[in-house]
Amino acid sequence: MTQRVYVPSDATACALGADAVAAAIADQARTRGQDLQLIRNGSRGLFWLEPLVEVEVEGKRFGYGPVAPEDVPGLFASDFLTGGEHPLALGPTEEIPYLRAQTRVNFARAGLIDPLSLTDYQRHGGFAGLRRALALSGQAAVDEVKTSGLRGRGGAAFPTGIKWQTVLDTQATQKYVVCNADEGDSGTFADRLLMEADPLQLIEGMTIAGLAVGATQGYIYVRSEYPRAFAVLRAAIALAREAGFLGPDVCGSGRAFELEARLGAGAYICGEETSLLESLEGRRGLVRAKPPLPAIEGLFGKPTVINNVLTLASVAEIFARGGAWYASLGCGRSLGTLPMQLAGNVKRGGLIELPFGHSLRELIEDFGGGTASGRPLRAVQVGGPLGAYLSADELDTPLDYEAFAARGAMLGHGGVVVFDDSVDMAEQARFAMEFCVVESCGKCTPCRIGSVRGVEVIDRIRADTDRDDNLLLLKELCDTMEYGSLCAMGGLTPMPVRSAVEKFPQDFGA
Amino acid sequence: MGAETDSRITAVLDRLGDLPGALLPVLHEIQHEIGHIPPTAVPAIARALNLSRAEVHGVISFYSHFRTEPAGAHLIQLCRAEACQAVGSRELEAHVKARLGIDYDATSEDGRITLEPVYCLGNCACGPSLQIDEHLHARVTPQRFDALLAGLEESR
Repeated sequence: MTQRVYVPSDATACALGADAVAAAIADQARTRGQDLQLIRNGSRGLFWLEPLVEVEVEGKRFGYGPVAPEDVPGLFASDFLTGGEHPLALGPTEEIPYLRAQTRVNFARAGLIDPLSLTDYQRHGGFAGLRRALALSGQAAVDEVKTSGLRGRGGAAFPTGIKWQTVLDTQATQKYVVCNADEGDSGTFADRLLMEADPLQLIEGMTIAGLAVGATQGYIYVRSEYPRAFAVLRAAIALAREAGFLGPDVCGSGRAFELEARLGAGAYICGEETSLLESLEGRRGLVRAKPPLPAIEGLFGKPTVINNVLTLASVAEIFARGGAWYASLGCGRSLGTLPMQLAGNVKRGGLIELPFGHSLRELIEDFGGGTASGRPLRAVQVGGPLGAYLSADELDTPLDYEAFAARGAMLGHGGVVVFDDSVDMAEQARFAMEFCVVESCGKCTPCRIGSVRGVEVIDRIRADTDRDDNLLLLKELCDTMEYGSLCAMGGLTPMPVRSAVEKFPQDFGA
Repeated sequence: MGAETDSRITAVLDRLGDLPGALLPVLHEIQHEIGHIPPTAVPAIARALNLSRAEVHGVISFYSHFRTEPAGAHLIQLCRAEACQAVGSRELEAHVKARLGIDYDATSEDGRITLEPVYCLGNCACGPSLQIDEHLHARVTPQRFDALLAGLEESR
């Protein structure tokens, strides 16, 4: 029997040398006359183990990692194709504690399957949700999403079912489904991982969304920094269309849904939904004032469901297993699972999907193993560049939207960036303002000018020039940006700045 | 604008001009084909898409991905965002600039290398990250950068 060997084609795995490992395996197999099938899967998201090579032995997957090309002859010599012992052997992949302790819903298939195999996808439950959705009325489908309690995973956590209801209820000749795949937050990579590892799940979720609200055209807006994800999505869309899961007659239902992936062009602000719509329409990514809501007047002025990658992907599983099942995970008003992304100065960084309610400490210490540098942890930024910095005393905060909001922080898109005690929090506060200078769309004054003044004020504080006056000025500037900005870019930039000042006053000369 | 460039731009416009919201796909394709978007192409794009030249110019200048001049032979994009900062990207940044003798958004004198900042490459668990042309690199230390640079020189 031909041995199956899996080497991830994920961007991070390849950045760590997966292509060279794959080539070395093919080369060794040729030299040894060993018949094997090399499959380029997505990543399991256990990035500290990448390149993670897996072999299938009697239907069970065994992992080896992190593998360097020079390890490959030794792996063959140790009979790794039959799960042989080797210093890099990790045992059965599914039993690696980091993976076993997770509740994978969005990422159940990630790294398990060939991302571009319709057969693999369906063998692992794919398209069951779509088949069920095809039998439901639009209202019944929207009700299923409401039952699930799903909230937007892009960061704002707005109830998805309510958004969909608005689009369903708005009469129009054309409606759209838009996927926000402009994952620009530092410390996040869940959307990228999902698009590269299991793109059909997103396609299925978007198709269900289209059927539910009566939209016949979808767009996925992918940031240009993710060329690999874009290529995989395009290929997956072509496959799905050819097999009749997309197109004028979805699964023979007589209902249409077309899908196109579009590329952004290096603008963080296009992750803001109205700016994204402007960009899709071919304009500068300037934020629109709301109302009107995109659900009523969105893309090309038509009612539009616009959701994050993980939100839309979740829909596939919600329809396969039922909204009530999804709502049984999580706690309070944060239901289902949240894929957290552990990044920065951490020993074992990667994707950790858990029901809401676990603590930040479990994530960083149990999964992450503490800092990579081995130095004490000092600060954690959660929720991207617009999220608050938390101190080492706040690690017991539960991962739940409301618990974070109560601390003046936010979970956002689930990015967790760990810093050790070498961090200068005044420098981080300055960077938050500087990032806003670079990425502001320029439409509203508090964001465009406020961020520039913010950098200057922080520079004066760091230079110890009229420190107390300038700290007061910074506080007032943050208030102006928060209350006066048109969108979350200017409105939330104060969050990391204030948290740094309040929790780490010694870095500001106090 | 050369006749060949001209015909390539016309071909892109013929192929993609009818897409809804065609401007970004058109600009991507022109830059992909030519390496940059020549300012002299703006009138043709504007005419084909029924836009004003100001609108086309405005879009090109808004998005950092689009360039109006050719880049160096190699493009190095260095991540400046927080997850990479937490693992030493500021030191790497200083090293890269000193080593290349250029700041961001500049090209080395010999035209070999263009350096650009980027805000997140989605490789946040294994930073510092940088991308050279199409290739993403993880855990880049100053030493590793020097080795990558030497590799580029060899391929000369």
